[in-house]
Amino acid sequence: MSAPALVCRGLTKRFPGVVALDGVDFCARGGEVHALMGENGAGKSTLIKALTGVHPRDAGEAEVDGRPVHPRSPREAEAAGISTVYQEVNLIPDLSVAENICLGRQRTRFGFIRWGDARARARSALARLGLELDVDRTLSECSIAVQQLVAIARATDIDARVLILDEPTSSLDAGEVAQLFTVVRRLRDQGLAIVFVSHFLDQVYALADRITVLRNGRLVGEFPVAELPRLQLVAHMMGRSVDEVEALRHRERPAAAPGEPLLSTHGLARRHAVLPLDLELRRGEVLGLGGLLGSGRTEVARLLFGLDRADAGETRLEGRKVEFHSPADAMRAGLALTPEDRKTQAILPNLTVRENLVVALQARRGLWKQIPRAEQDRLVADFTRALGIKTSGPEQLIRNLSGGNQQKVILARWLATEPRLLILDEPTRGIDVGAQADIERLLAKLRDQGLAIVFICADTAELSRNSQRIAVLRDHAKVAELTGADVNEQAVMRAIAREAAA
Amino acid sequence: MNLAKLRPSAQILPVLASLGVLILLYAGGCVAFENFGSLRVLINLFGDNAFLGVAAVGATFVILSGGIDLSVGAVVAFTGVLIASLIGHGQPPLLAIGLALAFGAGFGALMGALIHLYALPPFLVTLGGMFLARGLSFMVHPESLSIDHPFYGEFISQTLSVPVSRRLAIPFTAFALLAVVLAGAALARWSRFGRNVLAIGSSESSARLMGVPIGSTKILVYTLGGFLSALGGVVATFYMQSGNPASFVGLELDAIAAAVIGGTLLRGGVGYIPGTLVGVLILGLIQTLVIFQGTLNSWWTRIAVGGLLFVFIVLQQLTARRRE
Repeated sequence: MSAPALVCRGLTKRFPGVVALDGVDFCARGGEVHALMGENGAGKSTLIKALTGVHPRDAGEAEVDGRPVHPRSPREAEAAGISTVYQEVNLIPDLSVAENICLGRQRTRFGFIRWGDARARARSALARLGLELDVDRTLSECSIAVQQLVAIARATDIDARVLILDEPTSSLDAGEVAQLFTVVRRLRDQGLAIVFVSHFLDQVYALADRITVLRNGRLVGEFPVAELPRLQLVAHMMGRSVDEVEALRHRERPAAAPGEPLLSTHGLARRHAVLPLDLELRRGEVLGLGGLLGSGRTEVARLLFGLDRADAGETRLEGRKVEFHSPADAMRAGLALTPEDRKTQAILPNLTVRENLVVALQARRGLWKQIPRAEQDRLVADFTRALGIKTSGPEQLIRNLSGGNQQKVILARWLATEPRLLILDEPTRGIDVGAQADIERLLAKLRDQGLAIVFICADTAELSRNSQRIAVLRDHAKVAELTGADVNEQAVMRAIAREAAA
Repeated sequence: MNLAKLRPSAQILPVLASLGVLILLYAGGCVAFENFGSLRVLINLFGDNAFLGVAAVGATFVILSGGIDLSVGAVVAFTGVLIASLIGHGQPPLLAIGLALAFGAGFGALMGALIHLYALPPFLVTLGGMFLARGLSFMVHPESLSIDHPFYGEFISQTLSVPVSRRLAIPFTAFALLAVVLAGAALARWSRFGRNVLAIGSSESSARLMGVPIGSTKILVYTLGGFLSALGGVVATFYMQSGNPASFVGLELDAIAAAVIGGTLLRGGVGYIPGTLVGVLILGLIQTLVIFQGTLNSWWTRIAVGGLLFVFIVLQQLTARRRE
């Protein structure tokens, strides 16, 4: 480990009414992966934005290799040696891989871009990461994982000293994460200081050398990974004691007491999406849908909810054959779906918490029968209390809530329709530990109230923790159904791997 | 599964398709009508559509950046009237042309600045620009004004044209069109400005985080659009030998149609300048076919263009979908 590449002292950033960052010290050394941890709203994003010039800081100092830096734009930050790769790939979808790596830094001759040079540079930037790609491919034709790697190649093409990875893994599957980590370790060994932000504890422990924890905009502390047990880390992040966290973790395992069947599918299929599928969903039971990213989990959810039409097979609801031609049909039958991508598929960012909450119920009742304002307010008050949604009030814009609270509002939106079957597609993705615990508790409560629940989750530990039964998908087909004692991480992994080996 | 890999150039597919349509139309015309294949028809195709082509290149840049310019036709008309009026008042033609080009560029820059600084929708800003330029044209001169100057008579139509036979010459305007298309294509493909325009059109938020100068690029692209509209107006005065404040209504829509038929996506980020030339030539060829046919009314041109547009936007959507 070498000298500090990035040193921050007393970084402070105020927004109207909030101190988002309160005198935070932070230091990342060359040749280390330094994880930045904290719940949503702890100040991680603000710290990163202050370093990358998106939100210029109000007070404090930052140095790269001993030189003071004060970036006012991402470009200035890059010039100072701080490069960033964001959670959502921030590249240009319609341009080629080579161009995305070189945009804004193309070498020219007589004012003409030297494309040969751009391609060669892109190739060598990718080669440094141990990657070989067709650099003439249009970026949007590459998988998200590859796009993420291209973003890293771009970030390291210039003379970066510090590479910030802001939740780079949240849309990658296990294999892709492994590939990303290989690249990150390689860059670390080349002497880069890497700041790694992630919600996945496993990944942090697999990759990081040191961890800095933030809470409520303040520094909690900096720890070598080896000296910080997970439980202690979570306790630091949540601001609770280890005992409290321990109690949360070891709450009772869900008792398997399935009720009568509610909905069943027989040979349900859709070309290119889902191979013939038999599923049975029972009241008072959580059915987990497991499998790798792209194995068809979301496609199954879309099919069940009438978002996509099946082209074979049938669905039976309480024994009667039904056909959902649209989500509206499914809603009328008592189905609800919280989609995978909260930002683009679930929230209506410019509407208030109240409006977001009542919209499904309003749609179900018919647009001509407006829900009286008093009833709306009562619904918001009830759900805000029941789900522990943190807002400044029902009229706050939903886009100003943290991810976890947005997800709770979306859950409330559907619970307000009093569904019989709830399909949750990655409900805990990208939200903090506290909100995740809340949602897992809620899941158990709803199950005990007799709801049939389909729970889609990429995290096998979380999946097996919350499900009574797990259907494992691979390549758009169900390859295993686990029940009873088989509902555990290892069995899910085995089911995925067995089929992969075959 | 990886179909995309086999077709690395999905973006260029629409351009090739429109090139195919262009060739089909031309071949069809040659088979159906005597003299259609003559050099004269080909030369006129370029000469008659030069002003539209020049303006359409500007419109394509604006569309590539994710914007739209509705003021094209009005600026072309204003430029023509301004030049005719200045020459009518005894000013030298080159000064008149210079002033007209400067006005176009300044007008575009103003619209671009409004769009960028106040984050206004380009549709509305250029709609305002359209009304403003159209109204100003009538203020300069309320009716058609012919240009009577030796520069326009002899110099442009004879000295600057290239004779290919005793009775046939390639007009200067055709060269102007080709020069603008070549320069535009080079600007889009080989300049940082051109690449920044495409980047902004494809994803403005990403482009910002990647350090692309959003403001200056946007203002510059509308400046270029205004300048090329004005240059289109200058070319139109060479062609019409007059300026008319009521002319070129809806030219901006022809320009947009030409760009889209030429493979430019209206959402921005994807497109080719040579494709726009192909689009312009298709529009011109349809018109020529209708004229050759003789019994069809001129509105059949519009009907054919409308039909073609539908086909092309559906085609683009299908290629886009396959890419996903």
